[in-house]
Formats: sequence, C-alpha cells, structure tokens
Amino acid sequence: MKAVRTVHIARLAIGVLLVLTPLASSAGPEEDRQQFVSFFRHRFPNVALDDYVYGALMANADGREQYEQIMEFPPFIDDIERGKKLWETPFRNGKTFSGCFADGGRGVLAGYPYFDEQLEKVITFENALNTCRRANGEAEFKYGDRDTMGVLTAYARSLSDGARLNVRVDTPAALTRYEAGRELFFRRIGQLNAACAGCHLYNAGNIMRMEVISPALGQATHWPIFRGGEELMTFQGRFKRCMEQMRAQPFGYNSEEWNDLEYFLTYLSDGLPLKASVFRK
Amino acid sequence: MAQPIRMRIKLEHDFADVRVLIEHPMETGLRKDPVTGELVPMHFIQSMTATLNGNAVVEAQWSRAVARNPYVQFRVNGAKPGDVVGIAWVDNHGESNSTTMKVPAPS
Amino acid sequence: MRVMRRALLARLCAGATLWSAALAGVLHPLLALARQWNKKAFEAQALADALNELGLTKAAESREVIVKAPEIAENGAQVPIEISTAIAGVDTIYVFVDKNPQPFTASFSFMNGAQAFVVTRIKMAESSLLRVIVRAGDKQYTASRDIKVTIGGCGE
Repeated sequence: MKAVRTVHIARLAIGVLLVLTPLASSAGPEEDRQQFVSFFRHRFPNVALDDYVYGALMANADGREQYEQIMEFPPFIDDIERGKKLWETPFRNGKTFSGCFADGGRGVLAGYPYFDEQLEKVITFENALNTCRRANGEAEFKYGDRDTMGVLTAYARSLSDGARLNVRVDTPAALTRYEAGRELFFRRIGQLNAACAGCHLYNAGNIMRMEVISPALGQATHWPIFRGGEELMTFQGRFKRCMEQMRAQPFGYNSEEWNDLEYFLTYLSDGLPLKASVFRK
Repeated sequence: MAQPIRMRIKLEHDFADVRVLIEHPMETGLRKDPVTGELVPMHFIQSMTATLNGNAVVEAQWSRAVARNPYVQFRVNGAKPGDVVGIAWVDNHGESNSTTMKVPAPS
Repeated sequence: MRVMRRALLARLCAGATLWSAALAGVLHPLLALARQWNKKAFEAQALADALNELGLTKAAESREVIVKAPEIAENGAQVPIEISTAIAGVDTIYVFVDKNPQPFTASFSFMNGAQAFVVTRIKMAESSLLRVIVRAGDKQYTASRDIKVTIGGCGE
C-alpha cells in the first residue's frame, strides 16, 4: 500500500477531534456500512471491495505475494489439524460439535454474531461453540486459550470459507447493541486517548509504528490470524492487543463491550467473503 | 513420535512438481521459552533427502535458519504416474522421519 | 559423527515401520548425507569463512541465476524464496543470508532428473542481502537480492 503519510500516535487524538463528526452519527447499520464503504472506496479507488479482506495487504503487491505463497501451504496446518481433532472428537456423551450447528457447521459463520432476543445479548461464534460444550456436559473453553478455543476456531471457522457474511440487525434491541459497538469504535480510550476510528477509519492506509494501518472494512472476515505463521490470534485477542497498545485496560474476552464491538465490526464487513486461519506479518 | 510430512505432487507435462511441508520446530537455540524464561535448545533438521523410486533426486543440508515447519518445493523430470516420491529428514538430535507418496495421474 | 549415527540407527530401529521395503530406499542416502553435514561451514560467522569452507570462492555474477524474493519481508521468520536457473550441469544451489549470525543457510543438490529449482522459506534476523551461489561442476555463478526486514509495532 502506498502509504499516504506516517502518523504519530499522539496526533491521532487531534485528528479524531477535528474529523470525528461526519461519520459519528448513525442513521442505521446499512447506512453506516455504505458510508464506510464509500469513504474507503474514495480513499482507495483502485482496490476491489472483496480485496478489503486482505487488510493492510490489499494494495501491497509484495506483501500479498508472500501471503499467497505462504497460504498455498501454510506452516500452521498443524494447528488447524489440532482444531479439526477437537471439532471431530466426540464429547463424553458421544455427540460432536457438528451436531450443534446446521449443516454440520458448514457456512454457519456467515450468520455470526447475531443478537439473541431471549438472552438479550450478542452471540459470537465462540459463544456458540461453548454453548455446544455446555449442552453436552463439557466444561467451556477459555476464550483466550490458544490450544483449545484458538485452534478449534482455526478449523471450525474454516468450514465457512468462501461464504459471504450475512449479519442481521433486525430489532430495536439488536440495534441497541450494534450502536453500543459503534460507539466504542468511535470512543477515545486509554492513555493515548485514541479511538479505533482514529486509526482504522481516518488513518487507514497510513503508516504508524512502521506498519500500514488496515481499514475497519474487511477486518472481521479473516480470523484467527497466525502472526508470523505461528502466533495464533483471535478477533477479540486482537482487541486485547490493540487496547494494550493504546495503553487502555482491555475489556476482556466475551465482555459485553467486545461482543458488541465484534457485532458492529462484522456488520461493516457484511457481504464480504470469509476466510479463516490466515497468515499475517 | 513422527510429526507429519505433508506432500502434494502434481504431474505436469514432463515433470513432477513436489511440494512438501515438514512439521518441525526448527528451534534456533536463541528463543526464550515464554513460560520458563529459559532458552529453548537448538533443534533443527540438518539433512533432508527426496528420492524417486529409491534414487536420490534432492539432497539438502540445512542450518537452523530454515523456517519453522519448513517448506520445500522441487521438480523432477521424467516422473510417471505410480512412481514413488520419498522424503526423509534427520535433525541435530538424531531424530528422523520419512514418508512416501505415489505420483498421481495428471489432473 | 559415529556416535550420532549409532544413536540415529538406534532410534530408527525402534520405529519398525521405517524399515519397510518402501522406505528403506529413502533412508540409505539420508544417513550418508547426514555424515557430510558441514559443521564448519554452517557455524562460520563470517561469510568469507563459510565460502572458503565450501570452496565457493570464484563465483561470477550471472543473470542466469534467478532469485525471486520479497523486497520487504512480511515476517523475518518465514521469508519465501525461489531459486532457479537454466545453466546446464548444475549440481548444487547454496543459500546465504549475509547478515544472519551464521550466513550459510542451506544447500540443495540435484541429481537423477531433478531440476535446478527450489522454493523454500528461510529466517532472516534483519535486513540483508540474500546471496545465492550455483555450482555446475567446477564453475560457480552467483546472484543476490536485497531483502528488508522490519519489526513493526502493531501488524494486522
């Protein structure tokens, strides 16, 4: 990506103050999404919409080529295999994860997160995996544990590879959670007083800390990632790392804040194709 | 103990294209265990061979600077469907593994 | 070396499946090769010492040695590289990363119909020249690529 300029993190607060207003008010999820899409398409006129799933690689031919070479036969296949084993190994009662999902889990990720009217909260795919475990008499996996939930999602999410996200925000209660996620995206947090929007909206494509900043559009499509082909990181694991880097106290895995944020961010990527377990730098 | 050796073979018009992913930590000896704080000892593949019907076609000598879970792609002229490709490695601990796969018909 | 070979044989014998007819042909060349692992060359910290040890001191720059590698490595732990050449009679491709603690990274020898072609992934400690030397009998040819390695603060 030809970086527009290098951004000093402390200046982001000012940048955010000056330009926050135009996209800060919401007319509704679909209007939001379209505003984000047109904002980004205006900034990156030569990038196809589907290519946003590549994040910072989307306009970096050199990086993209490395990605493709590594993805053709990734070094983390062993972790995906471990996840496959977890997915396929029966619970003590003889049932398996595939029994908890439509079509054995194929394609289902496209509908996550969703808002559960009964439980009155956002349900993530990881929540559904744990619900399945509980329903079958097993202890839940810890959301942040690499070798259980991490590798399990590395495989289970890949069952939806190629499916396009189809996130629903259909009811007033669902909209409240979507809007809470949106508010967090625009909220200045931590000692650096930085908002997600400050980087991933207004400075997408610019360089910060020698890295090209990825746009929010497309981010939700490709989890978990394998940093350097080895360090497994889930979507909320990335929230944790990011908040720590902004010197903010992370909300915590499966917190209402992060589930709402995931709901909002995934809606932004509605219609984009999913691909799990990808290489990142 | 054997960690998998994954192989994909494609027969092109006059050569077999072989892609191999070997599971191996390829530890440099410079990395600290995040739990214990101790240096993880060097543990890496030193020698690797590829054979076709038992005849050596590729002989590789490696340092610890070959990547973790190493990947190798090579090509052998004159391979035919049914020919057997073998991959074997031995590391600095004296551990080894090997596998074979038949060249498939062209797709 | 001898101790290592005994230990290796002991371990191999322990895994009975390894001695099946299909695999016996695979292991024999491996044992011979392992004995030849060039410790001095691999442990040399100076490129010149590694080259001397390998007898690679007269390589001429050649456009016929094709090295494909990134300009900026996404991650120094997994840098994909591709080396090929149409030069006739190539027996070995040698790979060096000048600025690695020990520059000599790998060698690939080809025989019995294998092409002088290899793709692999290497580790680079920092930005460095990737240096390739191709040996064809008593002739040596070289090409190199400059690869930058950065360590950024965020990545996503």
